[in-house]
Amino acid sequence: MTLLAEDGISVEPSCYSRLVNKWYCTDYLQDRHHDLSSALSQHLQITAWSLVLGILIAFPLALLARRLPRLQGLILGGSTMIYTIPSLALFPLLVPFTGISMKTVVIGLALYALTILVRSMLAGLTGVPAEVRESATGLGYGRMRLLFGVELPLALPVIMAGLRVATVSTVALTTVGTLVSYGGLGNLIREGVQNNFKAEILAASVLCVVLAVALDGVIVVLQWVMTPWTHARRTA
Amino acid sequence: MRNLRDAWHYLTTGANWGGDEGMWHLLVQQLLLSVSALLIAMAIGLTLALWLGHLGRAGFLAVNVTNVGRAVPTFALLAILVSLDHPGTAELGPYGRAGLATLIALTLFALPPIFTNSYVAVREVPAAVKEAAAGMGMTGSQQFWRVELPLAMPLVVSGIRLALVQVWATATIAALVAGPGLGTLITQGFYRTDYPKGIAAAFVVAVVAFLLEVASALVERAVDPNRKETATPGSRTSARPAAEVRT
Repeated sequence: MTLLAEDGISVEPSCYSRLVNKWYCTDYLQDRHHDLSSALSQHLQITAWSLVLGILIAFPLALLARRLPRLQGLILGGSTMIYTIPSLALFPLLVPFTGISMKTVVIGLALYALTILVRSMLAGLTGVPAEVRESATGLGYGRMRLLFGVELPLALPVIMAGLRVATVSTVALTTVGTLVSYGGLGNLIREGVQNNFKAEILAASVLCVVLAVALDGVIVVLQWVMTPWTHARRTA
Repeated sequence: MRNLRDAWHYLTTGANWGGDEGMWHLLVQQLLLSVSALLIAMAIGLTLALWLGHLGRAGFLAVNVTNVGRAVPTFALLAILVSLDHPGTAELGPYGRAGLATLIALTLFALPPIFTNSYVAVREVPAAVKEAAAGMGMTGSQQFWRVELPLAMPLVVSGIRLALVQVWATATIAALVAGPGLGTLITQGFYRTDYPKGIAAAFVVAVVAFLLEVASALVERAVDPNRKETATPGSRTSARPAAEVRT
């Protein structure tokens, strides 16, 4: 996309050269799309693993908190305590145990996601009306079938709302992982700040927001598909 | 594990706390930044939210402002602010390097929880109570100051508390863009492979975050007019609106 002078030789410096250093620069997007896509894929990978790990830990914790009211305060309080630690301080505190690796970032972000997820799972499960539970038991539902066949589907809207919050904030927080060099798009932002490379900063930042909005949209669609009874009233 | 031992050693060495690059100086600097940003955000956010909440207008703002704040990475906003030509990386008095950019970013990120909570707090005052106040002949402003505000207070303070914890976290991240505060020790430690230093500073940041959380929780409890009647366990956690944003 370089401008050509009349003699056919490119004279205009590219819009991301040090002399011009524009914020918005399509040349940058074209020339460096490999940087962007590899950072994006690392970002997506970190976010996905954190959320999976967060869900895997949060679910049993939520069940435990529901079963044993005494533990509930401990579980909610403990996760809220972790949530208070700033991300830039949580990663260093994990490093003695996990080293400088992607694990550090994934575990740290999973701990944050966990706080949101446990709360929403607990709220969703306790929101299931007692009559519904009683009817299911009366129909001969066992404990497992009651949980997965009745309670979980009914709790899904609340849980999914929590998952949306967790997803969006995990995408944003992944950038801080650049402290241990696993920050996905955050690595580009840091590089951009250090070299005063504006096009890189803006492109990575915008991609980050786009990724968050896109994943949020995916969850909304997923929820729509998974809870057909919430939007099938017209046919009934 | 050696890193942990060395970090402890770093913390217990008095020389690391004193001086211009010492932890005390940076700690005070970061606290000053956080409190200034919080005060500015309160001045703007509280005024706007309480007023709009009283009038019952612009409810969509209260919802969306939080969602937007959550999706925009703090780090990205800081990076953009620092790289803008205008607020620049120049020193700003006691706020240090990149002080102005940090202050603006902190204020922006403190606004959503303050705004959303305060707005919701005033809106959720029961209509019956407001009608009773009007029936007693209170004017609009009397209603606001004597009825709506006291009832809204716990939620308003809880918004300020969320904002404070968030601002502290954001102030730490400022170090990633050469900002001031304790975060600089963390980034220095990690970029120059002096991990114990980074871990020690992270520990101090985390401890201060706890202290801020506990202190503001106490304030929150003190301003609740109904706390004696509704002191059931768990009621506090469920009453919290989902305005929390982690940074």
